[in-house]
Parts: sequence; structure tokens; C-alpha cells
Amino acid sequence: MSERFVLRVNAQERAVIVEPDTPLLYVLRNDLGLDGPKFGCGLSQCGACSVLRDGIEIRSCVTPISAVSGSEIITSEGLGSEPKSKALQRAFIAEQVPQCGYCISGMMIAASELLERNPKPSTDEIKTAMNGHLCRCGAHLRIIRAITRAADESEPA
Amino acid sequence: MSVPRHFIGRSVPRLEDEVLLKGSGRFAADISFPNQLYMRVVRSSNAHARIISIDSVAACATPGVFAVWTSDDIQDIPPIDFRDPAAEALGPYRQPVLANKTIRYVGEPIAVVFAEDPYLAEDAAELVEFNLEELLPLRSASDQPGEFEEGIGSEPLVLKSAYGDCQAAFDTAYAVIELDLTIGRHSAVPLETRGALATYDPQKDLIELFGAAKVPHRNRNTLMRMLKREVHLHEGHVGGGFGVRGEIYPEDVLVCLAALRFGRPVKWIEDRYEHLMAANQSRGQRHVAKVAVDAEGRVLALDDEFFHDQGAYVRTHGARVPELTMGMLPGPYQIPSFRSEAHFRLTNKTPAATYRAPGRFEGSFVRERLMDAVAEKLGLDRVEVRRRNLVSKEEMPFARPLSTLGTEVVLDSGDYALLLDKAMERFGWTEASSATRRRRMKGESVGIGLGFFVEKTGLGPTDSAHVSVNRSGVVEIITGGASLGQGFETVMAQICAEALGVDYTLISVIHGQTDRIANGIGAHASRATVMTGNAVYAAALNLRTKLLDSAAALMQTKAAMLDIVDGQIISKENAAGPSLSIAVAAGDEGLSAEGAFHVDHMAYPYGIHMAQIRVDQGTGAVTVERYLVAYDVGRAVNPKLVEGQIVGGFAQGLGGTLFEEFLYDDQGQPLSVTFADYLIPTLSEIPEIDILVTEDAPSPLNPLGIKGAGEAGTNAVAAAIASAIDDAIGKPGAVTKIPVTPQRLMALLQD
Repeated sequence: MSERFVLRVNAQERAVIVEPDTPLLYVLRNDLGLDGPKFGCGLSQCGACSVLRDGIEIRSCVTPISAVSGSEIITSEGLGSEPKSKALQRAFIAEQVPQCGYCISGMMIAASELLERNPKPSTDEIKTAMNGHLCRCGAHLRIIRAITRAADESEPA
Repeated sequence: MSVPRHFIGRSVPRLEDEVLLKGSGRFAADISFPNQLYMRVVRSSNAHARIISIDSVAACATPGVFAVWTSDDIQDIPPIDFRDPAAEALGPYRQPVLANKTIRYVGEPIAVVFAEDPYLAEDAAELVEFNLEELLPLRSASDQPGEFEEGIGSEPLVLKSAYGDCQAAFDTAYAVIELDLTIGRHSAVPLETRGALATYDPQKDLIELFGAAKVPHRNRNTLMRMLKREVHLHEGHVGGGFGVRGEIYPEDVLVCLAALRFGRPVKWIEDRYEHLMAANQSRGQRHVAKVAVDAEGRVLALDDEFFHDQGAYVRTHGARVPELTMGMLPGPYQIPSFRSEAHFRLTNKTPAATYRAPGRFEGSFVRERLMDAVAEKLGLDRVEVRRRNLVSKEEMPFARPLSTLGTEVVLDSGDYALLLDKAMERFGWTEASSATRRRRMKGESVGIGLGFFVEKTGLGPTDSAHVSVNRSGVVEIITGGASLGQGFETVMAQICAEALGVDYTLISVIHGQTDRIANGIGAHASRATVMTGNAVYAAALNLRTKLLDSAAALMQTKAAMLDIVDGQIISKENAAGPSLSIAVAAGDEGLSAEGAFHVDHMAYPYGIHMAQIRVDQGTGAVTVERYLVAYDVGRAVNPKLVEGQIVGGFAQGLGGTLFEEFLYDDQGQPLSVTFADYLIPTLSEIPEIDILVTEDAPSPLNPLGIKGAGEAGTNAVAAAIASAIDDAIGKPGAVTKIPVTPQRLMALLQD
């Protein structure tokens, strides 16, 4: 039976009426018109669907809507409004990170979560944080460089 | 800040990135139309079976299900045709859109369900039942051929090519070396699964297909032949192609046909499980190859018999992969006589076709394994053996009596020995050789290896482009090219900006829209920058002439006295004097120009991979400590994009060399159907790699001197890493099969 769920998505309160086991990814894409998060595998194995839930990265393809009711959700569309994620976007452009761009939404989410809890991550810390995100274009090394660059840029003078 | 004059050769930021970073890309699944139906494919779970009956009553009766089709419902639709004319013998092996009488691989479409939402469609698909008679599967292309169906064998073709007197060379050789080598089945596996969405407009009697990629115009032609209707294809954002996406598959035909018949939009999005058993797989060859050499290690003859595992059907490419394997096998070496025979065989696995560096990844592994074996046999240095066999700069252009992709192999330009010198210096080959030897003496399994290769790029024959400027000064390029994430828009804009004298960020680039330009050959075979780029260059130069003529009349001077800088038409002699914007020169009607580029031969870039790897003696895991790709690209339009292509290609090559394999059990059941069992490299496996892009040998075949860059990073990864593993474990010739998984490497260590 469909139920009503309320959550804050990208700083706006949104209500949906869906089955409780509907994956958050489908709610975001099909009901809320947010196509930033992508379907890659449906099994939490690739990271294309990642979003922030109350500041923590989750895989929206395996997260039922009932588990995130009342949460604050940020998708890649919701990034870029404050200096840190804006710096991340600039760094990804400067390092020419995206090729096809399909993994990028999830990469941006994971990177922004990382910088939030660790403003100056080492290369190894970046690798650990980003390792569960697949990229088939092979942009991995540039992702490391872009995150490092964003961290350097965000550092208070 | 003033806009620079030159755009070719600069690593400018990509035009594509801002949209992608903000999550605003429009990939196939992101497109929807009102009132659309959702399609779900019912797939075979048997590798080989005869269909006795299909029961779709329960599925049809499910509320919300609009229709269920089996092959009986699409009898008027022919099997999926080849893109280029192919050998007549291949005709019977084409894939029907839905299995007809016989099932030939796990994942083959047998029926389709159309429903009001995707969840309903998927649930109803589970209700379709089959009565099947199981048949024994054909498991290996190295086994004796069997039957594809009654009276039709599983080996439709044996391809042959030869030149020189091979027999005499083998009879009189100082030494003959023979290897038996296997390249496992792996494939592109882009992060976006496939997707297709079709609409039908009865007023125009027009079908439109969204989610197109790679070769939209060619696919339009095929679909029009199959459906006997006007069809237009539209390419949006594409989540990686690498050869696999953008070929015509059964699902593309089905959504078009359903949209036509139902008069409603029909959408299909593949899931990952489907992708790993339905999309084209690749590689999958076994080679029995031998060389005849003289006492100095010069190869007198190369003879290669190989077995190509085509899988269940022959898809759009025909026999392109084994043809490419054969045509490119000699690589950068002289090879005065040559013979090759390819057994093109069907099995009961997912059909195979091209994947990044098709035929070359396989062939480079074989050729470079042979070169290492020659060095070992004659007690020579691995680099020296290669050097002695290289085609020299003075011999360019170097014609081989071979053909590939319908063109003669003529190596257009190159200084192979120079690149070898540069690569050895950059990598520090000699020092690495001593350093790894010292470490081995202390008990580590560490070694170095190399692979030399020649690529083929810029497949013709013709591309055209249309460049216009309107009265607002907006410049638009319309091409028949395609964008798969490689930075196509940026590169085309850079080339146009260079010719026209405008900022590249102000140029919009159209690709993959069959209603905007009559013809196009798309993006494959590392062709787009070479072919479409040169067409855009020609069109932009023609537009430049028109703009200058128009401005000359308005400025009462001669066109020859004028120049265009940053979108302003200025006097060459008095740059600070009166100027005119290109918008004004274009006038109320705007100005536009066409350009075309034609070639008879491909451009052949070349490169060297060098690897230093370490083997964990306890687990068999390989760690890449250092890696160099040295590559002569003729001329780099955007060096950073070229490097990105090389690194990305390397990552994929590394996957195929160490991790990725589509395995099947004895019943033909696929064992690699999730990312947990098909292992693509992650951040942990991809090392920092060094890239040396040189421009020593621009192609004489096009005005910009460009050669392609898309496949260089993949080409010789298996060759270089196999060589390095041999060195690390002190067992020359040990690696005969890729991927070299930890299990296989442990077996080699224990041999």
C-alpha cells in the first residue's frame, strides 16, 4: 500500500505517496524530477546513485524511502550553493575530470562528504573515501587531484 | 582578458563539464514523454534450447499490461543487419529481434512486455512461461566446430591473408618459436546501461529514437531498412561507449516498432544484470602463432592461426574483430612474410563485437609475446630485438600487402625508433632494469616489461560539416559525429575557433542528430577528431572567407587585408582601427558554409607501453608500480584530453589484463553478472601513470596532421604487463593467458 512520506530534498520540503519499499533513487528520479543521481547497478556496487542523507553518503538504489522519512537529502543538483562544493565543482572542471560524466554525480556527493568531515584529506584518505565509486572512463587519478585542489582552495588564508 | 589567437594544441577546459557536474546531463533514462509505455525484455535462462511453446496468458492478463510480444508478433521484421556489407556466408547467423524457434545464449530476448509503469512490466515479465527442449551448448571456439542449426555449421568463415614466402622462411630459419596464447572474454561495461526511447508521429509518419550513440546516421539507415519507415535518431548525453553502446540491438528495434504500432512513446532502460549478458562482449581469442627468425633476431615470417569466439550470433560488425586482429598483427615491425588464418566460430555465449582497440589489444599481446620469446630464445635483450625489427622512418609511408576495415594498410608516417629512445629515457628503462634485478636478488618478485604497438585511426571515407554564424554572432557547428564522453564538443569547437578566429566557448556543437545533417559516420575507430575535425576545419575556413568578403564590402577594403580575432573583424595593418563584429558581417540572414573531408587511407599513430610490476608471492596479486604510455598522436588538439583518453584506455586495458573476464560454466551459464563477479578496476588498482605524448609524425593525410587518440591507452597493456610478470617471476614466457588473475598467477608460480 502506498504511503505518504515527507523529506527535505535540496533544502525544500517534499512529500511523495509511494510504496514504502520504493528505492529512494526511484523516488528522486521518477517522483521528484531529480535526475542527478544515476542508476548504475541497483546493488550498491557502483556509487552512481549516491546522495547525502543528513550529511552522510548513502546509496539511494538500495535505500527504501521508508528508511529516510524525515531526513535531509542532498543530491548533486543541490551542491554548489555554498563555497566548499562550489570549489569542488571548479576543481573538477580545472582538472578536466569528467569524460562521459555518468559517475560524476555520485563522485561529487562522496567528495563533498569527505571534505566536510576531513577538510584536508591525504591521497590515501581520498582513495579510501572514493574507492567504492566505479568510473569506467578511468578518471580516477584526476578525481584525486581535483579533491586535493578543492581542499587547497577552500583552506582559510 | 583577451582571447588567445590559437586554440589547437591547448588544454582548454571542456565545454561539456559544467552541465555534467550539476547533475543536469540528459542521459537516455533522464528522458521521458507523456503517456509513455515501459518495455521489459523476457530473456532466456538457457544457453541453447529449442522453443516448443511460450505461454504469455498470465502476463497479458495482468492489470496495467498493455501487450506482450513473442517472435510470432514480429514476423515481418528481419534479423538485425550488418552495418557494412559483409560476407554472404554470415547472413544466416544474424540475430533475430526476438528468438525464433531456437535460443542461443543466456540473456537472449524471447518476449517483451509493455506496461504502464516499469515495475508492472518487470513483474509481468516473470509470468511469461516457456516450454523448452534443452540442447547441448557449444562452449569453445577452439573445439571442433559443431552445428549452428541443422545443416549450418558453427564456423561460417575462415579468414585468410598472406604475403611473401612464409614456407621458405620457416624452412630456412635460424630458429622457429611457437606460442599458444589465449585472450579472455571481456568488454566495455560502461557505467550507464543501455537505454532507448521511441516516439511515433502519425502526422509526419516518423519514428524518432532517443538514446542513440556512436553511429546514429548509420543506424538510422539500418532501422529504416528494417522498419520501412522514416526514422530519426537523437543522441543525448552518453554514459560511455567504448565500442559497445550505439550498435543496433534487439531492444532498439523493439521500442521503435512498438511506438509505431501503439502510437505511444515506449521506453526501455537496461539493468546491470541484463547488460552483463546482453550487450556485446569482446576479445575471446586463442592464437597458435609462430615466428621464423634469423640469428640476429630479425623476424623473417609470422604465421598465426587463431580461433575467434563470436558467441551466439553475428551482430552489426560482421567479422570486423578478427579482420582487424589480422590486419594489424604485424604492428611496427618489418615482418617480410606473413600468413594468418582466423577461424570465426559461433558458440552459445553472448554475441561478441568491438571493444576499445578491437583486434589490436589481442594482436599486440600475441605479437609482443612472440618478440619476448625471440629475445629469450636467442639470448638477446627484449628492447634490442624490437629495435632490430622496426620499420624505419625512411621507409615511410610503408605499405603492407594487408587490408583492414576495407582499406589497405599503409603506415602513413612515423619514427618508431625515435619514440623508443624517448620512452626508454622517460621511463628510465636501463636504471629500472638494474633496480628490479637487485630487488629480485633480495627475494622480491618485481620486473619490467614493454609492448610496442601501432594504432589505426581516422576511418573514412568522408565527413561533412556545416558551420554558421547568425546575426547575434552565435556560431553553430553541425556534424555527423557523435559524442560518447570523449570531449567531442570541446575538440570540434577548438578546431572551429582556430580557423574562424572566435572564442571556442561561444561555439555550440551539434552531433548525433540525424534530422540536422544528411549524413555522418559517427564516433568509432578513433575517427572523430581526424575525420569530423578536418571537415569542421574546412567548413570554418569557408565561413571565414564569406565573413571576410562580407566585411570587406562593408568596410570598403579588400578581404585579404582583414583578419578575425576574438569574433571581431579587424584590419591586419591597423588592428586598433575600426572593426566589425562577425554578427554584423553575417547580416540579418546570417552566413553559413559547408566543408567536407575525404580520405582513402587511415592514419596510423604508434606507441609503447612500459610497465614495472610487483607480484605478491603469497596471493598472486599484481601491483603496477610504474607505467608509461609513450604515444605519437601526430598533433594533439587538446593535450589534456589526449592524456585523459590514454589514462582511461589504460584503466580498461588493465582490467582485461588482470581482473575482468566473462566466464561461463559447462552449461553456458554466465558467471559474471554483477559488479561483484565482473571486476572493473577501482582507485585501488589504478596506479599513477606517466604519459608522453609526442608530435613527431603528423599525418600527411589531413591538413591538421591529426591522428586519433582513443585506443592507444588500451592497446598494449596486456603485452607490457605480461612481459613484466615474466620478468618479475623469472619465468620467461610464463604468461600465456589473460586475464592473469591471482589464481592463474599462483599456478604459474607453482609450475
